[in-house]
Amino acid sequence: MFGLHYRLEKHGMALVLGIIFVASIGGLVEIAPLFTIDETVEDAPDMRLYTPLEVAGRNIYIREGCYACHSQMIRTLRDEVERYGPYSLAVESKYDHPMQWGSKRTGPDLARIGGKYSDEWQVTHLIDPRAVVPQSIMPSYRFLATTALRTDDLGLHLKALSRVGVPYTDDMIANATKDAIAQAGADGSEGLSSRYGDATQARVFDGNPGRVTEMDALVAYLQILGRLTDAAHANSQPAEE
Amino acid sequence: MVAQLTRAERQFALLTLGLLALCGLLMAAGANDDLFALHGGLILAFAVGLGFLVISGLDAPEPADGRLAEYYDDPSRVAIVLTMGWALFGLAVGDWVAWMLAYPQLTFDAAWASFGRIRPIHTTGVIFGFGGNALIATSFHVVQRTCRTRLAGQFSPWFVLLGYNLFCLLAVSGYPLGITQSKEYAEPEWYVDLWLCIVWVTYLVLYIRTLARRREPHIYVANWYYLAFIIVVAMLHIVNNIAVPVAWNHARAYSAFGGVQDAMTQWWYGHNAVAFFLTAGFLGMMYYYLPVRAQRPIFSYRMSIISFWGITFMYMWAGSHHLHYTALPHWVQTLGMTFSLILLVPSWGSAANALLTLNGAWHRVRDDATLRFMMVAAIFYGLTTFEGSFMAIRAVNSLSHYTDWTVGHVHAGALGWVALISFGALYSLTPALWGRARMHSAWAVEAHFWLALAGTLIYVFSMWNSGVIQGLMWRTYDAGGTLAYPFIDTVVAMHPYYIARAVGGALFLSGAAIGAWNVWMTIRGPAAASQPAVDDRPLTVLAGE
Repeated sequence: MFGLHYRLEKHGMALVLGIIFVASIGGLVEIAPLFTIDETVEDAPDMRLYTPLEVAGRNIYIREGCYACHSQMIRTLRDEVERYGPYSLAVESKYDHPMQWGSKRTGPDLARIGGKYSDEWQVTHLIDPRAVVPQSIMPSYRFLATTALRTDDLGLHLKALSRVGVPYTDDMIANATKDAIAQAGADGSEGLSSRYGDATQARVFDGNPGRVTEMDALVAYLQILGRLTDAAHANSQPAEE
Repeated sequence: MVAQLTRAERQFALLTLGLLALCGLLMAAGANDDLFALHGGLILAFAVGLGFLVISGLDAPEPADGRLAEYYDDPSRVAIVLTMGWALFGLAVGDWVAWMLAYPQLTFDAAWASFGRIRPIHTTGVIFGFGGNALIATSFHVVQRTCRTRLAGQFSPWFVLLGYNLFCLLAVSGYPLGITQSKEYAEPEWYVDLWLCIVWVTYLVLYIRTLARRREPHIYVANWYYLAFIIVVAMLHIVNNIAVPVAWNHARAYSAFGGVQDAMTQWWYGHNAVAFFLTAGFLGMMYYYLPVRAQRPIFSYRMSIISFWGITFMYMWAGSHHLHYTALPHWVQTLGMTFSLILLVPSWGSAANALLTLNGAWHRVRDDATLRFMMVAAIFYGLTTFEGSFMAIRAVNSLSHYTDWTVGHVHAGALGWVALISFGALYSLTPALWGRARMHSAWAVEAHFWLALAGTLIYVFSMWNSGVIQGLMWRTYDAGGTLAYPFIDTVVAMHPYYIARAVGGALFLSGAAIGAWNVWMTIRGPAAASQPAVDDRPLTVLAGE
């Protein structure tokens, strides 16, 4: 074996190919099957899509680096299930490109934050976290409430998402801007619920009916977290001790 | 810099910069997105600035032919200065975010200065800015010395070095503006990723061509590691960053992978960025500078072989240990844990090989702070890889994951191993490249060593404490069988440790500042009257063989 290596290390390209070959195996065995084995992602016929406003809110969540302190992945452990709710299933993030599972909980998990607090609480908390949680160390995001949301390019965003496999229809892509404005309550909401389902929450999220702000989008996103499907609540597999 | 290039090479450099400037101009003028336009402007300014530098030297006389019989060290010299600059920047930003966790008012209510936007500036600044430039500087130096040949090209080393720094600049300027794809340690958006792809392939071609020109029959072990670093980082970078842009003139793109597949891909990338960027590359550094400084041969050739192929093969399986108890299929979690445990064997092989090399040179470790930097780095490497394997065990991970324990573990590796081996290598390399007898101040090297060691230990111990405490508080039940602590109680409990951590970081930063001063004074100081302490292998004499 060492004699073989003694000869190998005299040939630069052989070394290069050796490294490529040896380093490829692990990834091929672990990642490739995830795309082909059906059990990797559960079936959830009731799974709905993010609306354009929620996509915009999700992009703000990404832009602000919320994932650096908040996870969106409840592990299959008893204390996590009791603290945050049913543990996360793969299907719940199947439209997340990229995923926001996170790796650190400087703040609590947000996988099931949707509906847990009122819009007003979320807005107050984002403007000044210490106004509602005195010991909080979260930064203030007051600028979100005064920054107008960019909605004119949302059709392009939905189109790019459909290219990577999220099933947005041409109708959804064509009406993306209109639907975002409608959902934030600045305009009527006809068409929105027929495209995205009756459960779609359309209202003035930031308490300011005058304009569609980034606060509207982010709160709309936070309020839908964990509520795209009921699959996790229906799941009967218990958590681990 | 420019005077060393031939007239044709200067013209080619100008052409390349012209193309780059054109790209920047197109991005700025045609953007559908203000942030994209800003980055276009930055690229344009970068290209024009360097263009002026090239034009100012365009008419300088042609370099003498004799240069081809010498090593080409100018790119390494510039890379050393950049390394120290990025170290100060990245560490200072890191300490700022550390204080921010203790005192959240330190964001000053500015959108660009919130924790989520600043943290990737720190990680990119230290990993890619400091670490990457240190790897480029040393890899160029090591490949020439161990192959007894000159770099294969005069223009491409500059393209790699400056192109790479443009990548770093685009990355860290993007985050405060809000340009990020949120993939940890791979935050830059699609167009910045594409640029790095071009730079990195040039780096690989340059490295392979230089190896092909070697006058030694064997490729030395340090080069195996540098080669693995360059090749595998290319593989990881390309796969992890596959994405569909919203438009050609828009900064935002959507990852090709979603949900669980994306999670696995990201941590396959993330863990192997640690393996091949922060481990393999720096092992290459260690395998050259430690034996040279200790003036001892590597302890075991066979151990080097086993460790090298063990690391190259097994690390690639270990990424899934970041996803224990998640929605990732159980069989992948188990595979990741298993390989993480076996990985301890080649990791400790490398650490032991380094420490056993010092047998017979321990008096030098005592007297020479530069060698001591490298010795302590090898110890931290051994400790951190042990801790990593330990934390990959599912039951341990259930406690440590999501807590500061992970942060402490990463910094034991990043400060204790990566930064210390880099400083050791730089203190060896700087006097050698500038023809100085030794570093300007031996006392300053000594002071840097103790500040760095103290800072690392304070940092790591405070994060171990806070991580274990928080993990335990999250799972503590009261007598009635309900969770004992609301989440915010665990945040309050972290406060003293966050202050301690920031103090540790400040010590480490002040050590690096002393180091930067010392490097600068060495560069500005007088040339050595006699030979440098460590002889450089002459290329000129041997070239005539």
